[in-house]
Amino acid sequence: MSWTLDNLDVIGQLLGRHLLLSLPPIVLSLLLAIPLAWVATRVRVLRAMLVGGSALLYAIPSLPLFVILPLVLGTGIRSQWNIIVALTLYGVALMLPATVDALAQVNPRVLDAAQAMGYPSLSRFLAVELPLAGPTMLAGLRVVAVSTVSLVTVGAVLGVPSLGSLFTDGFQRGITEEIVVGLVLTMLLALVLDLLIAHLGRLLLPWSRPLRRGAVGQGAP
Amino acid sequence: MWQGGDTPGEDLAVITFEHVAKSYPDGTRAVEDFSAEVPVGSTTVLVGSSGCGKTTLLRMVNRMVQPSSGRVLLDGRDVASQDPVTLRRGIGYVMQSGGLLPHRRVLDNIATVPLLEGVSKKDAHGRALELMDLVGLDRSMARRYPHQLSGGQQQRVGVARALAADPAVLLMDEPFAAVDPLVRRDLQQWLLGLQGELGKTVLFITHDIAEALLLGDQILILAPGAQVAQRGTGEEILAQPANDFVRDFVGLAAGERVLHPSGSGDRTVLLDAQGRAVGVLGEPGQHR
Repeated sequence: MSWTLDNLDVIGQLLGRHLLLSLPPIVLSLLLAIPLAWVATRVRVLRAMLVGGSALLYAIPSLPLFVILPLVLGTGIRSQWNIIVALTLYGVALMLPATVDALAQVNPRVLDAAQAMGYPSLSRFLAVELPLAGPTMLAGLRVVAVSTVSLVTVGAVLGVPSLGSLFTDGFQRGITEEIVVGLVLTMLLALVLDLLIAHLGRLLLPWSRPLRRGAVGQGAP
Repeated sequence: MWQGGDTPGEDLAVITFEHVAKSYPDGTRAVEDFSAEVPVGSTTVLVGSSGCGKTTLLRMVNRMVQPSSGRVLLDGRDVASQDPVTLRRGIGYVMQSGGLLPHRRVLDNIATVPLLEGVSKKDAHGRALELMDLVGLDRSMARRYPHQLSGGQQQRVGVARALAADPAVLLMDEPFAAVDPLVRRDLQQWLLGLQGELGKTVLFITHDIAEALLLGDQILILAPGAQVAQRGTGEEILAQPANDFVRDFVGLAAGERVLHPSGSGDRTVLLDAQGRAVGVLGEPGQHR
Protein backbone atom coordinates (compact mmCIF):
# COMPACT_ATOMS: atom_id res chain seq x y z
CA MET A 1 0.00 0.00 0.00
CA SER A 2 3.00 2.30 0.50
CA TRP A 3 3.26 3.16 -3.22
CA THR A 4 -0.41 4.03 -3.33
CA LEU A 5 -0.26 6.24 -0.25
CA ASP A 6 2.81 8.04 -1.54
CA ASN A 7 1.20 8.74 -4.92
CA LEU A 8 -2.40 9.58 -4.03
CA ASP A 9 -2.24 12.97 -5.76
CA VAL A 10 -0.93 11.41 -9.01
CA ILE A 11 -3.58 8.70 -8.88
CA GLY A 12 -6.28 11.30 -8.27
CA GLN A 13 -5.05 13.39 -11.20
CA LEU A 14 -4.98 10.38 -13.53
CA LEU A 15 -8.46 9.34 -12.39
CA GLY A 16 -9.73 12.83 -13.20
CA ARG A 17 -8.10 12.82 -16.64
CA HIS A 18 -9.46 9.36 -17.31
CA LEU A 19 -12.95 10.56 -16.53
CA LEU A 20 -12.53 13.65 -18.72
CA LEU A 21 -11.37 11.46 -21.60
CA SER A 22 -14.26 9.01 -21.12
CA LEU A 23 -17.26 11.31 -20.81
CA PRO A 24 -17.13 13.14 -24.19
CA PRO A 25 -17.06 9.93 -26.28
CA ILE A 26 -19.96 8.45 -24.28
CA VAL A 27 -22.13 11.54 -24.68
CA LEU A 28 -21.11 12.07 -28.33
CA SER A 29 -21.85 8.43 -29.22
CA LEU A 30 -25.37 8.84 -27.94
CA LEU A 31 -25.92 12.19 -29.67
CA LEU A 32 -24.52 10.98 -33.01
CA ALA A 33 -26.25 7.59 -32.92
CA ILE A 34 -29.74 9.12 -32.65
CA PRO A 35 -29.84 11.01 -35.99
CA LEU A 36 -27.91 8.23 -37.74
CA ALA A 37 -30.40 5.66 -36.45
CA TRP A 38 -33.27 7.92 -37.53
CA VAL A 39 -31.89 7.85 -41.06
CA ALA A 40 -31.17 4.11 -40.89
CA THR A 41 -34.72 3.22 -39.83
CA ARG A 42 -36.22 5.26 -42.66
CA VAL A 43 -33.95 4.45 -45.59
CA ARG A 44 -33.62 0.71 -46.08
CA VAL A 45 -30.40 0.86 -48.14
CA LEU A 46 -28.67 3.10 -45.62
CA ARG A 47 -29.71 0.85 -42.76
CA ALA A 48 -27.67 -2.08 -44.11
CA MET A 49 -24.74 0.23 -44.85
CA LEU A 50 -24.74 1.97 -41.48
CA VAL A 51 -25.23 -1.14 -39.37
CA GLY A 52 -22.70 -3.12 -41.42
CA GLY A 53 -20.29 -0.19 -41.34
CA SER A 54 -20.58 -0.04 -37.55
CA ALA A 55 -19.49 -3.64 -37.19
CA LEU A 56 -16.57 -3.01 -39.50
CA LEU A 57 -15.60 0.15 -37.64
CA TYR A 58 -15.59 -1.69 -34.34
CA ALA A 59 -13.29 -4.32 -35.84
CA ILE A 60 -10.47 -1.79 -36.39
CA PRO A 61 -7.82 -2.44 -33.71
CA SER A 62 -7.53 0.53 -31.40
CA LEU A 63 -3.77 1.04 -31.40
CA PRO A 64 -3.43 1.52 -35.18
CA LEU A 65 -6.49 3.80 -35.08
CA PHE A 66 -4.84 5.97 -32.42
CA VAL A 67 -1.76 6.17 -34.66
CA ILE A 68 -3.63 6.91 -37.89
CA LEU A 69 -6.05 9.49 -36.48
CA PRO A 70 -3.42 12.23 -35.85
CA LEU A 71 -2.50 12.01 -39.54
CA VAL A 72 -6.15 12.35 -40.57
CA LEU A 73 -7.07 15.01 -38.02
CA GLY A 74 -3.78 16.90 -38.17
CA THR A 75 -3.42 16.70 -34.40
CA GLY A 76 -0.28 15.81 -32.51
CA ILE A 77 0.17 12.16 -31.60
CA ARG A 78 -0.21 13.00 -27.91
CA SER A 79 -3.33 15.11 -28.33
CA GLN A 80 -6.30 13.96 -26.28
CA TRP A 81 -8.50 14.66 -29.30
CA ASN A 82 -7.19 11.48 -30.94
CA ILE A 83 -8.50 9.48 -28.02
CA ILE A 84 -11.83 11.30 -27.92
CA VAL A 85 -12.42 10.94 -31.66
CA ALA A 86 -11.33 7.31 -31.77
CA LEU A 87 -13.47 6.32 -28.81
CA THR A 88 -16.44 8.25 -30.21
CA LEU A 89 -16.09 6.20 -33.39
CA TYR A 90 -16.09 2.99 -31.36
CA GLY A 91 -18.96 4.29 -29.25
CA VAL A 92 -21.07 5.08 -32.31
CA ALA A 93 -20.20 1.67 -33.73
CA LEU A 94 -21.80 0.13 -30.63
CA MET A 95 -24.56 2.66 -30.08
CA LEU A 96 -25.88 2.91 -33.63
CA PRO A 97 -26.94 -0.74 -34.05
CA ALA A 98 -28.36 -0.67 -30.50
CA THR A 99 -30.41 2.43 -31.33
CA VAL A 100 -31.60 1.01 -34.65
CA ASP A 101 -32.76 -2.14 -32.84
CA ALA A 102 -34.36 -0.08 -30.10
CA LEU A 103 -36.35 2.00 -32.61
CA ALA A 104 -37.38 -1.11 -34.52
CA GLN A 105 -38.82 -2.59 -31.32
CA VAL A 106 -41.21 0.29 -30.71
CA ASN A 107 -44.79 -0.93 -31.10
CA PRO A 108 -45.98 0.33 -34.52
CA ARG A 109 -49.56 0.62 -33.21
CA VAL A 110 -48.44 3.24 -30.72
CA LEU A 111 -46.74 5.23 -33.47
CA ASP A 112 -49.88 4.84 -35.53
CA ALA A 113 -51.97 6.17 -32.67
CA ALA A 114 -49.61 9.11 -32.20
CA GLN A 115 -49.92 9.96 -35.88
CA ALA A 116 -53.71 9.72 -35.69
CA MET A 117 -53.67 12.09 -32.68
CA GLY A 118 -51.97 14.67 -34.88
CA TYR A 119 -48.32 14.50 -33.86
CA PRO A 120 -46.17 16.11 -36.55
CA SER A 121 -43.53 13.59 -37.62
CA LEU A 122 -40.53 15.20 -35.90
CA SER A 123 -42.28 15.57 -32.56
CA ARG A 124 -43.62 12.05 -32.92
CA PHE A 125 -40.01 10.87 -33.21
CA LEU A 126 -38.75 12.97 -30.31
CA ALA A 127 -41.71 12.68 -27.95
CA VAL A 128 -42.93 9.15 -28.66
CA GLU A 129 -40.57 6.96 -30.67
CA LEU A 130 -37.31 7.96 -28.97
CA PRO A 131 -38.54 7.70 -25.36
CA LEU A 132 -40.09 4.31 -26.10
CA ALA A 133 -36.76 3.16 -27.55
CA GLY A 134 -35.12 4.51 -24.38
CA PRO A 135 -34.85 1.35 -22.26
CA THR A 136 -33.12 -0.62 -25.04
CA MET A 137 -30.90 2.34 -25.91
CA LEU A 138 -29.96 2.62 -22.27
CA ALA A 139 -28.65 -0.95 -22.28
CA GLY A 140 -26.52 -0.03 -25.31
CA LEU A 141 -25.21 3.12 -23.66
CA ARG A 142 -24.10 1.18 -20.59
CA VAL A 143 -21.98 -1.07 -22.81
CA VAL A 144 -20.54 2.02 -24.53
CA ALA A 145 -19.64 3.55 -21.15
CA VAL A 146 -17.84 0.48 -19.86
CA SER A 147 -16.09 -0.13 -23.16
CA THR A 148 -14.98 3.51 -23.40
CA VAL A 149 -13.54 3.62 -19.88
CA SER A 150 -11.60 0.47 -20.65
CA LEU A 151 -10.31 1.68 -24.03
CA VAL A 152 -9.10 5.04 -22.68
CA THR A 153 -6.23 3.15 -21.05
CA VAL A 154 -4.76 2.30 -24.48
CA GLY A 155 -3.99 6.00 -24.94
CA ALA A 156 -1.35 5.70 -22.23
CA VAL A 157 0.84 3.78 -24.67
CA LEU A 158 0.87 6.90 -26.86
CA GLY A 159 1.55 9.17 -23.95
CA VAL A 160 -1.95 10.50 -23.29
CA PRO A 161 -2.20 10.25 -19.50
CA SER A 162 -5.02 8.28 -17.90
CA LEU A 163 -5.30 5.43 -15.39
CA GLY A 164 -3.62 3.42 -18.17
CA SER A 165 -0.44 5.33 -17.37
CA LEU A 166 -0.32 3.36 -14.13
CA PHE A 167 0.03 0.14 -16.18
CA THR A 168 2.75 1.46 -18.48
CA ASP A 169 4.64 3.11 -15.67
CA GLY A 170 4.20 0.10 -13.41
CA PHE A 171 5.52 -2.26 -16.09
CA GLN A 172 8.54 -0.09 -16.86
CA ARG A 173 9.47 0.32 -13.22
CA GLY A 174 8.40 -3.12 -12.06
CA ILE A 175 5.85 -1.88 -9.49
CA THR A 176 3.10 -4.49 -9.33
CA GLU A 177 1.03 -2.46 -6.89
CA GLU A 178 0.86 0.42 -9.37
CA ILE A 179 -0.46 -1.92 -12.09
CA VAL A 180 -3.08 -3.39 -9.77
CA VAL A 181 -4.24 0.06 -8.65
CA GLY A 182 -4.61 1.14 -12.29
CA LEU A 183 -6.57 -1.99 -13.10
CA VAL A 184 -8.88 -1.81 -10.08
CA LEU A 185 -9.59 1.91 -10.48
CA THR A 186 -10.38 1.51 -14.19
CA MET A 187 -12.87 -1.22 -13.40
CA LEU A 188 -14.35 0.77 -10.53
CA LEU A 189 -14.75 3.84 -12.73
CA ALA A 190 -16.48 1.73 -15.37
CA LEU A 191 -18.78 0.25 -12.75
CA VAL A 192 -19.66 3.63 -11.28
CA LEU A 193 -20.46 5.15 -14.69
CA ASP A 194 -22.52 2.09 -15.58
CA LEU A 195 -24.59 2.37 -12.40
CA LEU A 196 -24.92 6.13 -12.83
CA ILE A 197 -26.31 5.74 -16.35
CA ALA A 198 -28.66 2.98 -15.22
CA HIS A 199 -29.93 5.21 -12.41
CA LEU A 200 -30.27 8.24 -14.68
CA GLY A 201 -32.24 6.04 -17.06
CA ARG A 202 -34.68 5.05 -14.34
CA LEU A 203 -35.18 8.70 -13.49
CA LEU A 204 -35.74 9.72 -17.11
CA LEU A 205 -37.85 6.68 -18.05
CA PRO A 206 -40.02 6.22 -14.95
CA TRP A 207 -42.69 4.32 -16.89
CA SER A 208 -40.28 1.53 -17.75
CA ARG A 209 -39.92 0.49 -14.12
CA PRO A 210 -41.33 -2.95 -13.42
CA LEU A 211 -44.96 -2.57 -12.56
CA ARG A 212 -46.10 -2.63 -9.00
CA ARG A 213 -48.10 -5.68 -8.14
CA GLY A 214 -51.71 -5.15 -7.20
CA ALA A 215 -51.96 -1.89 -9.11
CA VAL A 216 -53.69 -3.49 -12.08
CA GLY A 217 -57.33 -3.67 -12.85
CA GLN A 218 -59.09 -2.10 -9.90
CA GLY A 219 -62.45 -0.42 -10.31
CA ALA A 220 -64.61 -0.20 -13.42
CA PRO A 221 -63.78 -2.34 -16.45
CA MET B 1 -61.58 27.38 -25.13
CA TRP B 2 -59.36 24.38 -24.78
CA GLN B 3 -60.34 23.12 -28.19
CA GLY B 4 -57.60 24.51 -30.34
CA GLY B 5 -57.23 25.45 -33.97
CA ASP B 6 -59.84 26.94 -36.22
CA THR B 7 -62.01 23.85 -36.41
CA PRO B 8 -64.92 24.37 -34.05
CA GLY B 9 -67.08 21.33 -33.41
CA GLU B 10 -70.01 22.11 -35.70
CA ASP B 11 -67.89 22.46 -38.83
CA LEU B 12 -66.98 18.80 -39.25
CA ALA B 13 -70.09 16.76 -39.24
CA VAL B 14 -70.83 14.54 -42.18
CA ILE B 15 -68.37 12.11 -43.68
CA THR B 16 -68.90 11.43 -47.37
CA PHE B 17 -67.04 8.80 -49.38
CA GLU B 18 -67.23 9.53 -53.11
CA HIS B 19 -66.18 6.58 -55.26
CA VAL B 20 -63.00 6.01 -53.29
CA ALA B 21 -60.64 3.26 -54.35
CA LYS B 22 -57.29 2.15 -53.02
CA SER B 23 -54.84 -0.05 -54.84
CA TYR B 24 -51.25 -0.72 -53.91
CA PRO B 25 -48.19 -0.89 -56.20
CA ASP B 26 -48.14 -4.70 -55.90
CA GLY B 27 -51.59 -4.80 -57.51
CA THR B 28 -53.65 -5.45 -54.36
CA ARG B 29 -56.95 -3.63 -54.49
CA ALA B 30 -57.97 -2.97 -50.91
CA VAL B 31 -60.96 -0.85 -51.88
CA GLU B 32 -62.65 -1.14 -55.28
CA ASP B 33 -65.25 1.60 -55.53
CA PHE B 34 -66.86 2.71 -52.32
CA SER B 35 -69.41 5.42 -51.72
CA ALA B 36 -71.23 6.15 -48.49
CA GLU B 37 -72.44 8.86 -46.18
CA VAL B 38 -72.12 9.00 -42.43
CA PRO B 39 -74.97 11.23 -41.24
CA VAL B 40 -74.55 13.80 -38.47
CA GLY B 41 -74.82 12.61 -34.92
CA SER B 42 -75.34 8.97 -35.72
CA THR B 43 -73.28 5.81 -35.67
CA THR B 44 -72.39 4.10 -38.91
CA VAL B 45 -70.77 0.70 -38.61
CA LEU B 46 -68.62 -0.84 -41.31
CA VAL B 47 -68.65 -4.55 -40.68
CA GLY B 48 -66.73 -7.20 -42.57
CA SER B 49 -64.12 -9.91 -42.26
CA SER B 50 -60.50 -8.96 -41.83
CA GLY B 51 -58.92 -7.81 -45.05
CA CYS B 52 -62.19 -6.49 -46.50
CA GLY B 53 -60.79 -2.97 -46.62
CA LYS B 54 -62.76 -1.47 -43.75
CA THR B 55 -59.73 -0.18 -41.88
CA THR B 56 -58.39 1.33 -45.10
CA LEU B 57 -61.66 3.25 -45.47
CA LEU B 58 -61.51 4.51 -41.90
CA ARG B 59 -57.94 5.69 -42.30
CA MET B 60 -58.84 7.63 -45.42
CA VAL B 61 -60.95 9.95 -43.30
CA ASN B 62 -58.01 11.29 -41.30
CA ARG B 63 -55.55 10.95 -44.19
CA MET B 64 -53.58 8.06 -42.70
CA VAL B 65 -54.26 6.47 -46.11
CA GLN B 66 -54.56 8.44 -49.34
CA PRO B 67 -57.19 7.07 -51.76
CA SER B 68 -55.90 6.15 -55.23
CA SER B 69 -59.03 7.72 -56.68
CA GLY B 70 -62.21 9.31 -55.40
CA ARG B 71 -62.62 11.74 -52.53
CA VAL B 72 -63.47 11.76 -48.87
CA LEU B 73 -65.35 14.84 -47.71
CA LEU B 74 -65.76 16.08 -44.18
CA ASP B 75 -68.78 18.34 -44.09
CA GLY B 76 -68.40 18.94 -47.80
CA ARG B 77 -64.67 19.71 -47.72
CA ASP B 78 -62.24 17.35 -49.41
CA VAL B 79 -59.88 16.06 -46.71
CA ALA B 80 -57.05 15.96 -49.28
CA SER B 81 -57.09 19.76 -49.30
CA GLN B 82 -56.58 19.95 -45.53
CA ASP B 83 -53.38 19.87 -43.54
CA PRO B 84 -53.18 16.30 -42.19
CA VAL B 85 -51.94 17.31 -38.74
CA THR B 86 -54.72 19.89 -38.21
CA LEU B 87 -57.28 17.50 -39.67
CA ARG B 88 -56.27 14.67 -37.32
CA ARG B 89 -56.39 16.87 -34.24
CA GLY B 90 -59.99 17.68 -35.12
CA ILE B 91 -61.04 14.03 -35.38
CA GLY B 92 -61.27 11.64 -32.44
CA TYR B 93 -59.59 8.31 -33.06
CA VAL B 94 -59.99 5.22 -30.93
CA MET B 95 -58.14 2.05 -31.71
CA GLN B 96 -57.72 -1.48 -30.41
CA SER B 97 -56.20 -1.63 -26.91
CA GLY B 98 -56.69 2.12 -26.78
CA GLY B 99 -53.43 2.72 -28.64
CA LEU B 100 -52.29 4.62 -25.57
CA LEU B 101 -48.81 6.07 -25.23
CA PRO B 102 -47.16 3.65 -22.76
CA HIS B 103 -44.76 6.30 -21.45
CA ARG B 104 -47.42 8.85 -20.55
CA ARG B 105 -49.61 8.80 -17.49
CA VAL B 106 -53.36 8.41 -17.94
CA LEU B 107 -53.94 12.14 -17.50
CA ASP B 108 -51.32 13.07 -20.10
CA ASN B 109 -52.66 10.45 -22.49
CA ILE B 110 -56.14 11.93 -22.29
CA ALA B 111 -54.74 15.46 -22.68
CA THR B 112 -52.58 14.52 -25.70
CA VAL B 113 -54.37 16.60 -28.33
CA PRO B 114 -55.01 19.72 -26.21
CA LEU B 115 -51.34 19.64 -25.13
CA LEU B 116 -50.25 19.34 -28.77
CA GLU B 117 -52.47 22.30 -29.54
CA GLY B 118 -50.60 24.35 -26.95
CA VAL B 119 -53.27 24.41 -24.25
CA SER B 120 -51.68 25.02 -20.84
CA LYS B 121 -50.94 21.90 -18.83
CA LYS B 122 -53.23 23.07 -16.05
CA ASP B 123 -56.25 23.56 -18.32
CA ALA B 124 -55.58 20.39 -20.29
CA HIS B 125 -55.29 18.32 -17.12
CA GLY B 126 -58.39 19.90 -15.63
CA ARG B 127 -60.34 18.97 -18.72
CA ALA B 128 -58.80 15.48 -18.71
CA LEU B 129 -60.06 14.91 -15.16
CA GLU B 130 -63.58 15.89 -16.24
CA LEU B 131 -63.32 13.42 -19.09
CA MET B 132 -62.26 10.69 -16.65
CA ASP B 133 -65.54 11.33 -14.83
CA LEU B 134 -67.44 11.21 -18.12
CA VAL B 135 -66.01 7.86 -19.18
CA GLY B 136 -66.40 6.39 -15.70
CA LEU B 137 -62.78 6.20 -14.59
CA ASP B 138 -61.86 6.93 -11.02
CA ARG B 139 -59.71 10.06 -10.73
CA SER B 140 -57.26 8.08 -8.59
CA MET B 141 -56.06 6.46 -11.81
CA ALA B 142 -54.91 9.76 -13.30
CA ARG B 143 -51.28 9.27 -12.28
CA ARG B 144 -51.02 5.67 -13.47
CA TYR B 145 -49.34 4.42 -16.59
CA PRO B 146 -51.45 2.54 -19.15
CA HIS B 147 -49.87 -0.84 -18.34
CA GLN B 148 -51.16 -0.44 -14.80
CA LEU B 149 -54.77 -0.49 -16.05
CA SER B 150 -56.98 -3.37 -17.15
CA GLY B 151 -57.89 -3.74 -20.82
CA GLY B 152 -61.33 -2.24 -20.29
CA GLN B 153 -59.93 0.74 -18.39
CA GLN B 154 -57.38 1.36 -21.13
CA GLN B 155 -60.20 1.38 -23.64
CA ARG B 156 -62.07 4.01 -21.62
CA VAL B 157 -58.92 6.12 -21.51
CA GLY B 158 -58.72 5.71 -25.30
CA VAL B 159 -62.26 7.06 -25.67
CA ALA B 160 -61.58 9.90 -23.24
CA ARG B 161 -58.49 10.85 -25.24
CA ALA B 162 -60.48 10.84 -28.47
CA LEU B 163 -63.04 13.18 -26.88
CA ALA B 164 -60.49 15.58 -25.39
CA ALA B 165 -60.58 18.13 -28.21
CA ASP B 166 -64.38 17.81 -28.43
CA PRO B 167 -64.34 16.60 -32.03
CA ALA B 168 -67.60 16.30 -33.96
CA VAL B 169 -66.38 13.10 -35.60
CA LEU B 170 -65.14 9.92 -33.92
CA LEU B 171 -63.36 7.14 -35.78
CA MET B 172 -63.38 3.84 -33.92
CA ASP B 173 -61.17 1.07 -35.26
CA GLU B 174 -62.28 -2.21 -33.65
CA PRO B 175 -61.91 -0.56 -30.26
CA PHE B 176 -63.26 -3.46 -28.22
CA ALA B 177 -61.74 -6.36 -30.12
CA ALA B 178 -58.95 -7.02 -27.62
CA VAL B 179 -60.98 -7.14 -24.40
CA ASP B 180 -62.72 -10.23 -23.06
CA PRO B 181 -66.38 -10.79 -24.03
CA LEU B 182 -67.91 -9.73 -20.70
CA VAL B 183 -65.99 -6.48 -20.56
CA ARG B 184 -66.73 -5.93 -24.24
CA ARG B 185 -70.45 -6.15 -23.57
CA ASP B 186 -70.11 -3.62 -20.74
CA LEU B 187 -68.13 -1.27 -22.93
CA GLN B 188 -70.63 -1.57 -25.79
CA GLN B 189 -73.54 -0.70 -23.50
CA TRP B 190 -71.52 2.12 -22.00
CA LEU B 191 -70.66 3.49 -25.45
CA LEU B 192 -74.34 3.39 -26.43
CA GLY B 193 -75.19 5.46 -23.36
CA LEU B 194 -72.34 7.87 -23.96
CA GLN B 195 -73.29 8.31 -27.61
CA GLY B 196 -76.89 8.98 -26.54
CA GLU B 197 -75.50 11.80 -24.41
CA LEU B 198 -72.93 13.24 -26.82
CA GLY B 199 -74.42 12.61 -30.26
CA LYS B 200 -71.13 12.48 -32.12
CA THR B 201 -70.85 11.45 -35.74
CA VAL B 202 -69.28 8.03 -35.33
CA LEU B 203 -67.71 5.78 -37.92
CA PHE B 204 -67.18 2.42 -36.24
CA ILE B 205 -65.39 -0.61 -37.60
CA THR B 206 -65.83 -4.18 -36.48
CA HIS B 207 -65.76 -7.76 -37.71
CA ASP B 208 -68.42 -8.69 -35.16
CA ILE B 209 -71.95 -8.58 -36.57
CA ALA B 210 -73.48 -8.64 -33.08
CA GLU B 211 -71.53 -5.50 -32.21
CA ALA B 212 -72.63 -3.89 -35.48
CA LEU B 213 -76.31 -4.69 -34.82
CA LEU B 214 -76.02 -3.33 -31.29
CA LEU B 215 -74.25 -0.05 -32.04
CA GLY B 216 -75.08 0.86 -35.62
CA ASP B 217 -77.80 3.29 -36.64
CA GLN B 218 -76.63 2.48 -40.14
CA ILE B 219 -74.77 -0.73 -40.95
CA LEU B 220 -72.72 -1.43 -44.06
CA ILE B 221 -71.82 -5.05 -44.61
CA LEU B 222 -68.64 -5.21 -46.63
CA ALA B 223 -67.42 -7.96 -48.90
CA PRO B 224 -63.73 -8.12 -49.94
CA GLY B 225 -62.58 -5.00 -51.75
CA ALA B 226 -64.93 -2.99 -49.51
CA GLN B 227 -67.84 -3.78 -51.82
CA VAL B 228 -71.08 -3.00 -50.05
CA ALA B 229 -73.08 -6.21 -49.78
CA GLN B 230 -75.91 -4.40 -48.04
CA ARG B 231 -76.54 -1.16 -46.22
CA GLY B 232 -79.38 -0.33 -43.89
CA THR B 233 -80.51 -0.49 -40.29
CA GLY B 234 -80.02 -3.70 -38.38
CA GLU B 235 -83.75 -4.32 -38.66
CA GLU B 236 -83.73 -3.93 -42.44
CA ILE B 237 -80.75 -6.22 -42.83
CA LEU B 238 -82.23 -8.97 -40.67
CA ALA B 239 -85.68 -8.62 -42.25
CA GLN B 240 -84.48 -8.54 -45.83
CA PRO B 241 -80.94 -9.78 -46.29
CA ALA B 242 -79.89 -8.71 -49.78
CA ASN B 243 -78.12 -11.90 -50.79
CA ASP B 244 -76.53 -15.14 -49.59
CA PHE B 245 -73.35 -13.36 -48.55
CA VAL B 246 -75.33 -11.21 -46.12
CA ARG B 247 -77.49 -14.11 -44.95
CA ASP B 248 -74.34 -16.05 -44.24
CA PHE B 249 -72.54 -13.13 -42.61
CA VAL B 250 -75.30 -12.22 -40.20
CA GLY B 251 -75.82 -15.88 -39.29
CA LEU B 252 -79.27 -16.29 -40.85
CA ALA B 253 -78.05 -18.99 -43.21
CA ALA B 254 -76.86 -21.19 -40.35
CA GLY B 255 -79.99 -20.37 -38.39
CA GLU B 256 -77.97 -18.79 -35.54
CA ARG B 257 -80.15 -15.72 -35.49
CA VAL B 258 -83.48 -17.43 -36.14
CA LEU B 259 -85.80 -17.70 -33.15
CA HIS B 260 -88.82 -19.98 -33.16
CA PRO B 261 -91.99 -19.12 -31.26
CA SER B 262 -93.31 -21.79 -29.00
CA GLY B 263 -96.91 -21.15 -28.02
CA SER B 264 -97.37 -22.68 -24.62
CA GLY B 265 -99.30 -20.76 -21.98
CA ASP B 266 -100.08 -17.01 -21.99
CA ARG B 267 -96.87 -15.84 -23.58
CA THR B 268 -95.01 -16.82 -26.69
CA VAL B 269 -91.63 -18.28 -25.75
CA LEU B 270 -88.84 -17.87 -28.28
CA LEU B 271 -86.48 -20.78 -28.90
CA ASP B 272 -83.15 -20.60 -30.66
CA ALA B 273 -81.88 -22.95 -33.37
CA GLN B 274 -80.98 -25.58 -30.76
CA GLY B 275 -84.42 -25.34 -29.18
CA ARG B 276 -83.19 -23.49 -26.07
CA ALA B 277 -85.53 -20.87 -24.63
CA VAL B 278 -83.93 -17.43 -25.02
CA GLY B 279 -86.83 -15.11 -24.22
CA VAL B 280 -90.47 -14.26 -24.68
CA LEU B 281 -92.23 -12.31 -27.42
CA GLY B 282 -93.17 -8.81 -26.29
CA GLU B 283 -95.95 -6.53 -27.48
CA PRO B 284 -95.26 -4.74 -30.79
CA GLY B 285 -93.84 -1.22 -30.43
CA GLN B 286 -92.71 -1.67 -26.84
CA HIS B 287 -88.98 -1.81 -27.54
CA ARG B 288 -86.73 1.04 -26.49
